[in-house]
Amino acid sequence: MYKTANRLTLWNLALGMVALFIGGSMGPLQKLEHVGINLYSSLREIGIASYYQGLTIHGVLNALVWTTFFICGFLTYATVNSLKRELSMPRLNIAAFIVMVVGLVTAAVPLLGNLATVLYTFYPPMRASGFFYVGLTLFVVGSWMVGWGLLFTYRDWRRENKGEKTPFVALASLITMVMWQFATLGVAAEILFILIPFAFGLTDAVDPQVARTFFWFFGHPLVYFWLLPAYLSWYAMLPKQANGKMFSESMARLVFWLFLILSIPVGIHHQYTDPGVPTGWKAMHATLTLLLFVPSMITAFSVVASLEIGGRNNGGTGLLGWIRKLPWKDPSYAAQNLAMILFVFGGIGGLTNASYNLNVTVHNTMWVPGHFHLTVGSAVTLSFMGISYWLFPALVGKPLWSKTLGLWQSWTWFIGMILMSNGLHILGLNFGVPRRSSLGVAEYLQSDWQPLMIEAMIGGIILGVSGLLYYINIIGTAAQKKKLEEPIVMPVAEPYHPEEIAVQPAWLDRWRPWIVTMIALIVISYGPVLFDLISRYNPVAGFKVW
Amino acid sequence: MHIDQTERRYIIFALLLVGAFGIAIAISSSAYSINVVRPESQIDPKLLTTPGATAYDGFAEPPENRLRELSPGRYEAYIIGYATKGWIWEPEELRVPAGSEVTFYVTSADVTHGFIIQNTNVNMMVLPGQVSKLTTTFDTPGTYNFICHEYCGILHHNMYGQLIVE
Ligand code: HEM
Ligand SMILES: [Cu+2]
Repeated sequence: MYKTANRLTLWNLALGMVALFIGGSMGPLQKLEHVGINLYSSLREIGIASYYQGLTIHGVLNALVWTTFFICGFLTYATVNSLKRELSMPRLNIAAFIVMVVGLVTAAVPLLGNLATVLYTFYPPMRASGFFYVGLTLFVVGSWMVGWGLLFTYRDWRRENKGEKTPFVALASLITMVMWQFATLGVAAEILFILIPFAFGLTDAVDPQVARTFFWFFGHPLVYFWLLPAYLSWYAMLPKQANGKMFSESMARLVFWLFLILSIPVGIHHQYTDPGVPTGWKAMHATLTLLLFVPSMITAFSVVASLEIGGRNNGGTGLLGWIRKLPWKDPSYAAQNLAMILFVFGGIGGLTNASYNLNVTVHNTMWVPGHFHLTVGSAVTLSFMGISYWLFPALVGKPLWSKTLGLWQSWTWFIGMILMSNGLHILGLNFGVPRRSSLGVAEYLQSDWQPLMIEAMIGGIILGVSGLLYYINIIGTAAQKKKLEEPIVMPVAEPYHPEEIAVQPAWLDRWRPWIVTMIALIVISYGPVLFDLISRYNPVAGFKVW
Repeated sequence: MHIDQTERRYIIFALLLVGAFGIAIAISSSAYSINVVRPESQIDPKLLTTPGATAYDGFAEPPENRLRELSPGRYEAYIIGYATKGWIWEPEELRVPAGSEVTFYVTSADVTHGFIIQNTNVNMMVLPGQVSKLTTTFDTPGTYNFICHEYCGILHHNMYGQLIVE
């Protein structure tokens, strides 16, 4: 229907999938290394020199590239189909995609050449090739442009539909994109003012504490950039797929606005153990983080209530009987519901991490990858896979190749992730095993870690198999001759209480108050501490240590 | 705005829950002093071992003198992390009697490191230019590994030291 938007969505999805394939295939290798099976020596020939280069590829491609491409594609599709209007500046969105690709290639060359083995957080004073930072910048700028294209489209829609309420799906997509524009200012400042001059030799020293603070200004909202598109699907699309309704449309809108204002002023909760940040700021960000937990709690309630409506519509009865009547045979549904279940544990673990001094029991231990494979690695990635089970067929005009394979994929991801994440969590919490370490050859390796490492390794292998099943299905879908009998339309659930929509307060569809609040919160929570850190700017020399 | 009755109750519950968590955190950090690092004076990583050049003369002692007994049972230890000297902590080994209270001052001579002592609440980032300080008490005899937990280069996984409680 909307040709440019569709084609762009398809391209974004395809590149995201390629990134996840390459990045994801490092995962099982890492797990095998931990139990002493080192396959990296055989990877030298294809240019991967070390565990750490592999880990950098894993982090950059999975956490930054796969997610961003998928989100840019999905939100483009969602906005256009929700507003029922083609992009107003198709060339801007096409240019955006090209800029992202150019950025990716520019960063990939040093990454693959072992000139940027700095992990996806690239903390200075480690100094990577300047092109790595330039590439990342272009990639982010491209993603901004995607957002601008969507916002122009929205502006035109508003002109054409005076007085109409923004549909929820479009609103949620745009809020996510606007949040991203502000969030990335942190990393843009870090890269443009600190890292690029440093990498190209214009300055020979940087302050790592200042750089980290800019990084985490971006680093926390980054996780909401990943999560909000999944929430969008859980709120508005999944209930439709389950034959349910949106339990509380107003609440869903409020939740997205709350994420807009609260995602950024919490970044210092990643820096509780940083020496240079005053404890008062740590405590303040801890408090805001606890508040940020509330919209996620509301989401859990609303989404489950919406699905329950579906289960009951399908004939489910009793306190829990409706659960069996959910469309578990539909891989798109099953993947996302399983992702939600894993996210419950991810959320609880996240609350632990966020709890200020409790953080010292887990910071930078294996607990942390245990945690974020439940969140970005499952709640987000498995949900995106689930979304792609309807979206990819919609885009290529062919049915999903195999539902059975899709179900196997969803369940193997679920089981593999439970095993891997359980092992990693306990290793970190009980034994203080460090993350980001080539453990298989570490001198401090202890024999009592082994059972858990083996458990996690088995989980990692199952995940690897699950990943393969996914790609087989996607390739099978694209390669087959069969065509869709009728086009797939974007699933959007109706509100359960249509009467509530009429009396929805106007501030739920107004941008200015929320943007002003967001900026105010950022200024209050970051202004003084950044000023303090910058006024104590203490530059140190750079190193290449890999 | 219309909010369902059950949902309203649930939201109130969620708010009370995070409130309770906040209070628990406040109590544990004030009453039990389980704490996170706080800023110390900044330091020039090039001058760490030059006597008199920084506010922390402990770093300028030879490695074997970096553990000091302040009073019976109270110690301070000055530890420098190096990627550029082959991924080590200096000193690599410390010995204290059981029941000792040790204050750790840790810094880096080059890139970012991390410092965790297994089975304790000591966990902090170690940045060049900053000093990370935490205190803990060792009641149980044994060997405690202190491990670098931030990626610091190709042999990062070899970077650890041992504190032996006798
Ligand atoms: C194929 C399944 C996967 C396996 C077996 C796997 C395994 C691992 C392991 C063992 C680590 C820890 C390495 C270390 O700290 O030394 C890790 C790190 C990481 N993984 Fe995965 N992973 C998988 C998929 C994913 C996915 C889908 C994502 C995100 C979309 C992801 C994102 C990350 C990130 C961001 C890190 C941190 C890298 C760093 O510390 O710099 N992983 N993975
Ligand atoms: Cu280190």
